[in-house]
Amino acid sequence: MISLFKHTALATMIGLSTPALASLAYVSNEKDNTLSVIDTDSMEVVDTIDVGARPRGILLSKDYTKLYICASDDDTVQVLDLATRKIIDTLPSGEDPEQFALHPNNKHLYISNEDDAIVTVVDVTNKDVLAQINVGIEPEGMAVSPDGKWAVNTSETTSMLHWINTETFEIEKNIVVGQRPRHVEFSKDSKIAWASAEIGGTVHIIDVGNLEQIHEMSFKVPGVNQDRVQPVGIELTDDGKYAFVALGPSNHVAVVDAQTYEVLDYLLVGSRVWQLDLDKDQKHLFTTNGVSGDVSVIDVAELKVIKSIKVGRYPWGVVVDPTS
Amino acid sequence: MKAAHYWHCFVGIQTREWLRFWQQRTRFASALVRPLLWLVVFAAGFRAVLGISIIPPYQTYITYETYIAPGLCGMIILFNSMQGALSMVYDRELGSMRVLLMSPLPRPFLLVTKLLSMGVVSVGQVYVFLLLALLVDVEPPLWGYLAVLPALVLTSLMLGALGLLIATWIKQLENFAGVMNFVIFPMFFMSSALYPLWKMNEASPWLYWICQFNPFTHAVEAIRFSLYLEWNPVAFGITSGVTVVLALLATAGFRPQRTRILGTKPA
Repeated sequence: MISLFKHTALATMIGLSTPALASLAYVSNEKDNTLSVIDTDSMEVVDTIDVGARPRGILLSKDYTKLYICASDDDTVQVLDLATRKIIDTLPSGEDPEQFALHPNNKHLYISNEDDAIVTVVDVTNKDVLAQINVGIEPEGMAVSPDGKWAVNTSETTSMLHWINTETFEIEKNIVVGQRPRHVEFSKDSKIAWASAEIGGTVHIIDVGNLEQIHEMSFKVPGVNQDRVQPVGIELTDDGKYAFVALGPSNHVAVVDAQTYEVLDYLLVGSRVWQLDLDKDQKHLFTTNGVSGDVSVIDVAELKVIKSIKVGRYPWGVVVDPTS
Repeated sequence: MKAAHYWHCFVGIQTREWLRFWQQRTRFASALVRPLLWLVVFAAGFRAVLGISIIPPYQTYITYETYIAPGLCGMIILFNSMQGALSMVYDRELGSMRVLLMSPLPRPFLLVTKLLSMGVVSVGQVYVFLLLALLVDVEPPLWGYLAVLPALVLTSLMLGALGLLIATWIKQLENFAGVMNFVIFPMFFMSSALYPLWKMNEASPWLYWICQFNPFTHAVEAIRFSLYLEWNPVAFGITSGVTVVLALLATAGFRPQRTRILGTKPA
C-alpha cells in the first residue's frame, strides 16, 4: 500500500513538472465570447478562455506560439499567447473582421472587412497597415497560398474570388463563382485552390497556374432538402487523397476524392457545420457545429464520426496546434 | 434424476424447436421482413422529422436508422416470443405439450428449456437482421455483436416467460390473437424502441412514465448499450428482475389441464 502511495505521488510529481503532451484544438465560440480548448487525445474540453466580442476566424502564427482571433464586434484582431493563454496584444483590423489569413512569412496578415468592402493587410510585427485593397461587396473568405504568392479573397455579394498579388497588393484576376463564396483552401503544393459557394451550393476547383476553373461540383445529401446544402469550410489532406467540405445546415460533411472530385460519402455531424481542421498527424478532422454548440471528430482513416464534444454557444472556427 | 437425463431432455426440446423452425422457414423469412420494412421505409421517412441529438450510449449524432435498430432487435424477439406462446397453446390443444410435461423431470426445468430453445431461434434471427442492417449503415463496433448476446438471450427469456404467462391465462386459441394485439403493440410503441425517452417526455410526461415502467424499454436499452459496448446496470437489473418474476409466475401457474379443445371438457 505504501509502495502504491509512493508510486502515485511520484507519478503526480512527474505529471506536474512536465508540460502536457496532449495535442490541443482551439475553438472560437461566437456567442459566448470565449475559446474552448480541447485535448485531442481525451477529446474533452480542458479550458475555456475569455476573449473579445464575437470571436469568429482564428489562426495560429507560423511558429505556433500565438493565436490570432477575429473579435468581430470589437473591430479588432486579438493576439493570444498560447503559453500563458492570455491576450497580449491587439492589431488594427478595420471594421468587423471575420476571416483572415497569415502569409508564410509570419508577418503579413490579410483581413477581410465585410462592411467596408476592403481587405486590410497588417504587419503583425509592428502593427503597420501595409495596404487596404478594394474588393467586391461583403468580403468574407481569405486565404494565402502556401508558397506565399497569392492571397485570395471571396466577396459574398459579388460572388467573386479576388486574386491578390502578395508582392504588389494588387488584384490580378477576378473569378466569378457560385453565389456567396465563403471559403478558399489551397492544396499543399499551392497548385490547386478549392472555393465554396454557400448559396450556390457548389465548390469550385481552380488551377492556380493559369487561374482558371477546372471543375465545379455540387452535393446531394440523401434525405436533406437541397436548399439546406450550403458548402462552407473546406479542408484538404496533405496526401492529396481527400477534401472535406462542411455543408452548413445540412448537418453533414462531404468526403470528396481530391483527385477525381467524386463525393465518396456524407458524414452526419451536428447542426450547421461551419469550419474544419485536421490534427497534426491528419488522423482526425474537427468540425465546428454552430447551432448544436459542439465539435464533431471524424476518423479520417475510417471516414466515420467518432465523437461530438460539447463546447460553447455557436462555435465558429477551429484550429489544431500541431506542436502541442 | 441424473444430469444426463436433464441433458437428454434439453437436447430433445432444442432439437424439436429447430425442427419446427426448419419446417417453418418461410416464417423465419417473413419475421425478418417486418423489422426490415421499419428500418428501411419508416426510418427513411422519419429521419428528418425526429431530429437528432446525442444520448448515451452514442458518442455522436446518429441517423434514425441507427437509433431504431436495437428496438427492432427487441421487436423480432417480442414477435417471436408471442408466436412461441401461441405455438404452446397449439401444443396444448393438440396434446404434444402434455407429452412433454409427462416427462418426470421438474416442470420448471422443462418450461425454461422450452423458453431457451425459442430464444436461440430468436437470437439467430436478430443476428441476420443486424447483418442486413449493415446495408443501411447501421454499423455498431465489431465487438458489440458479441457483447449484445447476453442482452438478447435475457430479452428472449423475459419475453418468452411473458408469453408463457399469457398462455396460461388463455383458454382457447381464438382468444390469443386479441391478446397479442393488446400486448405486442402497446409494449413496442410505449417503449424507447422508436423514440428516445426524452422525446416522449417532451410530448407528454405520463407517456414517458408508462414507457419507464414498460420492461420492454429496459430490454431495448440493455440491447442498445451492449451493442455499443457500454454497460447499463439499470437496464440489465430491471430486465433480469422482471425475467425472474415472470418465469416464476409462469412456471407456477402453468396448468396443462386447463386447456379446452373447442368446447370439449378437459379430461
